[in-house]
Amino acid sequence: MSEHQSTYEPKSAFERWLDSRLPIVRFSADLMSFPTPRNLNYWYTFGGILAFCLMVQIITGIVLAMHYDTSSHGAFMSVQREIMRDVNFGWLIRGLHANGASMFFLAVYLHILRGIYYGSYKAPREVLWWLGCVIYVLMMATAFMGYVLPWGQMSFWGAKVITNLLGAFPVVGGTITTLLWGGFSVGGPTLNRFFSLHYLLPFVIAGVVALHIWALHVPGNNNPTGVEVKGKQDTVPFHPYYTVKDLFAIMVFVILFAAVVFFIPDAFEKVDNNIEANPLVTPPHIVPEWYLLPFYAILRAIPDKLSGVLALAGAIGMLFILPFLDQNKVKSMRYRPAARLYFFIWIAFCLILGWCGSQEPQGTVIPGPAGPVIIDYGINSVTWLARVSTAYYFAYFLIITPLLAMTEKTLPVPDSLFTPVLAKSAAPAE
Amino acid sequence: MTHHPFLAAAALAVGLSLASGSLVPAQADTTQAPLKDVHWSFDSPVGMYDQEQLQRGYKVYHEVCSACHSMNMVAFRNLADKGGPFWNPAYPNSNDNPVVKALAAQAQYDSIDTETGQPVKRPGTTADYFPSPFPNEVAARAANNGALPPDMSLLAAAREGGARYIYSIVTGDGTTPPAGLTVPDGKYYDPYMPGDLSSFWKGDPNKVPVGGFIAMPPPLVDDRVTFDDGTKATVAQEAKDVAAFLEWASDPKADERKQLGIEVMLFLLVFTGLLYASYRTLWRKVGH
Amino acid sequence: MANSVAKAGADGPDDAGRRDFLYLATGAVGVAGVAAVAWPLIDQLNPAADTLALASIEYDLTKIALGSEVTIAWRKQPVFIRHRTPDEIARARADDHAPMKDPATDESRVKPGHAEWLIILASCTHLGCVPTFKGGDYGGWACPCHGSVYDTSGRIRKGPAPKNLYLFPYTFLSDTKVKLG
Repeated sequence: MSEHQSTYEPKSAFERWLDSRLPIVRFSADLMSFPTPRNLNYWYTFGGILAFCLMVQIITGIVLAMHYDTSSHGAFMSVQREIMRDVNFGWLIRGLHANGASMFFLAVYLHILRGIYYGSYKAPREVLWWLGCVIYVLMMATAFMGYVLPWGQMSFWGAKVITNLLGAFPVVGGTITTLLWGGFSVGGPTLNRFFSLHYLLPFVIAGVVALHIWALHVPGNNNPTGVEVKGKQDTVPFHPYYTVKDLFAIMVFVILFAAVVFFIPDAFEKVDNNIEANPLVTPPHIVPEWYLLPFYAILRAIPDKLSGVLALAGAIGMLFILPFLDQNKVKSMRYRPAARLYFFIWIAFCLILGWCGSQEPQGTVIPGPAGPVIIDYGINSVTWLARVSTAYYFAYFLIITPLLAMTEKTLPVPDSLFTPVLAKSAAPAE
Repeated sequence: MTHHPFLAAAALAVGLSLASGSLVPAQADTTQAPLKDVHWSFDSPVGMYDQEQLQRGYKVYHEVCSACHSMNMVAFRNLADKGGPFWNPAYPNSNDNPVVKALAAQAQYDSIDTETGQPVKRPGTTADYFPSPFPNEVAARAANNGALPPDMSLLAAAREGGARYIYSIVTGDGTTPPAGLTVPDGKYYDPYMPGDLSSFWKGDPNKVPVGGFIAMPPPLVDDRVTFDDGTKATVAQEAKDVAAFLEWASDPKADERKQLGIEVMLFLLVFTGLLYASYRTLWRKVGH
Repeated sequence: MANSVAKAGADGPDDAGRRDFLYLATGAVGVAGVAAVAWPLIDQLNPAADTLALASIEYDLTKIALGSEVTIAWRKQPVFIRHRTPDEIARARADDHAPMKDPATDESRVKPGHAEWLIILASCTHLGCVPTFKGGDYGGWACPCHGSVYDTSGRIRKGPAPKNLYLFPYTFLSDTKVKLG
């Protein structure tokens, strides 16, 4: 906000009085009139969509907490009988909250991909990028704990498997898991603390989102050309231009959201979660929610428990160190055809990893024999596909990106973000 | 100008649909015959329950299933809720519906004598949940050869395939096992039950029969119940109706949800259309 | 300059009018949508279906001696069942036409043929405390919280409470058995 000259002028005596004491109206007015690059495309609407998602999760979550029983004896009943059957519109509010998590991750992944494609992590936006990474990690923690709350079979066994991951650490592992569980396994005390933290974390996320937006308003938005704003001719005020555009994008997103909630509310749900948690019976397939599948596949690809956990953490860590790995001055991949190619291959491998995470590790990729066994699995197995994909995942960040940054011959970058705009709007007229 | 980001989005959408619950992970050991191809009025995203079918299904549940299976999330009043088997617009409050009042009164519940404090029985009310056939899990297992009949409140939601799974299991139960398959005592062969029969199979190891064993004796025979509406009570009919009833029991708000969904979608389309027009009008004079 | 890329064509008054109408219509539909979303969020606060369905209860009156009362819970609220003496009934009826805050005859507060049974909600209509049977000025209840005084028909006679102790639906199954709710 530092470079944005305030244009707010208090109109009434009261506004002047308030402005000299708490300039909240000025603050809001400056946010609304913030000069925003005029060439932002629809990929830039996901920030607004994500703010909307967080709001939906918080509101529906507060409502659900009013009817939820946190005890391990009553949790399943309170969700499946009280909320889904007896509370007025309870089925709708839970449908919004449970599917809202998936919609939230869908939006955050597109937001992250957009950030990588247009180089939004590069100077002067590194802090903005890191805050986003923090939000993403907090989202995963919140979603994981929220998934435990209905206390179905998948809730229980998901909690057990994920908390056991931390047991991989030498010496302290066992202590950490016991501390998390509050017992000798996942149980009532675990459920209670997960509920408490699941209620708390969204507000922490909201706080980091405020920092994220603050950090956005210091350098201003990046844009599809990656060329920084040079003057007034490059921008329009945020309101009404981008409020209306964002709102339109949010509503398109809501149409998709509503279609899921009203017509296929169990699309993301595992049937086993409709069975109450039973510590004596493990469901036949333990699979995390779709948004965690790529990481789950990386975890399983590594034949050693501790290394697997470290690879999983490292896969997320790659996002944090991305600003150091890519030192190329050209931000947007519009002008970096090679970087673009390897980036799309990386997306494909992420999707493949997601698919691998949903499959049995010993399943075959091409129908037929599993082939010669190397390190526990045949080469035609899901595990080996995941291993190859994991290798590319890390190579993309640690080898390809730094090398390309140094060697790639980029296309000519326009002088100003406005040049392509001029060319586009001039073309039909002449 | 590149449009590659859109290609990426399309790829992501495909990936998502693959990763979502619709995809059953391939399993190496467990096998199951493809579920029977049956159809119900509620199959489609906008299809509603068939009330007469739910009534017939309740009768099958009540006279057959409920002898062993509990349904502890459904109360008698729910039967008369909107969209339920005995919904009657004349009784907007389902607790006043005489049909379910009478059904509830047939059930007996534990109570306490208000004077002496001694345990007594009282007739059920509309607020009571369906009575459990066994006092506890141990008793349920003891009466069923060690197997626990699952609670039916969410059965259709808790099985891959839902109503089709229930229909297939119930009609496939007790299928004559292929020669070479040893069926343990107290178990029945059911090709639709997910299982691994290789250790019970004496034939060609590459031709292990699909399916598994089930502890439930074949529950339905022709005319096991007499339908009040005169529908012929074949096994297929009974199975289809009870599967519909169980689907309703696990998702009683489906009708309400779909109905509201259509209204919401219409509103959203109108509002989004107006927003798009506003957006285009607003940006018309701004190069971008 | 920004204007340099503005599309050609003057903006007539009709255009402006149409534009304003479009913005207004969009805003109005949006407001309607927000209002519609608010309803489920408010309605979920109302009692849930299982709460509404709470069973009615039956009570055996033979346990209540003449001149005494019981306080029992019905739908989680305290209820008085008082077995009134002929003297209490007479006293209540004598005051039927006395000046009162919330005038009602004693007959209207009991079931025909069962005048000895006064069955009322035991929550003071002021702020909800449970009154105690005191006798005293009007022979009935007094509220310990803010001093409202009710007579032997449960009618408010003195103090801050605005209404008589509330009646609620009940039926006599027999002379000795009553069903509340």
